[in-house]
Amino acid sequence: MTMAKRSSSEAMAWLLFSAGGVVSALLVPVLLLLSGVLFPLGLLVPEHAHLAAVLGHPLTKVVLLGLCMLALLHWAHRFRYTLYDGLRLKRLSVPINLLCYGGALAGSVWAAIVLF
Amino acid sequence: MSELTRESPAQGAHPLPAGPYRPRTSVFWWVRRRSYLLFVLRELSCVFVAWFVVYLLLLVAAVHRGNDAYQGFLQWSGQPGMLVLNLVALAFVVLHAITWFNLAPKAMVVRLHGRRLPSRIVAAGHFTAWLVVSALVAWLVVG
Repeated sequence: MTMAKRSSSEAMAWLLFSAGGVVSALLVPVLLLLSGVLFPLGLLVPEHAHLAAVLGHPLTKVVLLGLCMLALLHWAHRFRYTLYDGLRLKRLSVPINLLCYGGALAGSVWAAIVLF
Repeated sequence: MSELTRESPAQGAHPLPAGPYRPRTSVFWWVRRRSYLLFVLRELSCVFVAWFVVYLLLLVAAVHRGNDAYQGFLQWSGQPGMLVLNLVALAFVVLHAITWFNLAPKAMVVRLHGRRLPSRIVAAGHFTAWLVVSALVAWLVVG
């Protein structure tokens, strides 16, 4: 019983990790190149009115919320295993799970508040 | 397994105390080989994916607060330290994208007319999708 429960939630975590991996790979490099490098360097600065209009569109909100949630779940799952394997911290699995999935949940709520 | 290890050896038969075999692994096992290091760097890319979410939400919040807040955000993100952080983050998320799309053909088998598509073509499809999505996003954002 508990075994079946655990393996199905683990399968769900892997599924969300993969979905997050795909959307992050597709969207994050270009968004970070624009917002983190080209905007601040002044090489390419969109007008405030234009950005506000793009961010005000319902489709943008939904896409960005989905991206934020899946990217955070991707981080949570991968970071958990990085701590387990890379730093050999499997014995601290309870606080690590709390940090990772709690962080992803808190970040998703924050994203919903900011975006909508 | 645990029963085997808990069992004491035959009294006096072995000079060494019997115990489970636990090879010692250093915390820094991953610096020993280039492939191990690349593996850990790839795994660490997730930290920068999470940083991107934080950064994006700060930008969106600034845009919602108005033009002054937006200009303030641009000034803050233009500081040398922030630029270096974002350039490092960019390198990591590009590493994530490349390693992810290179792995995709191993994770998914695409069949066409009953024949398995070569992995090169599946990977090329992913890289093309990456290019198209990036161009679309850039066009939308820049306007």
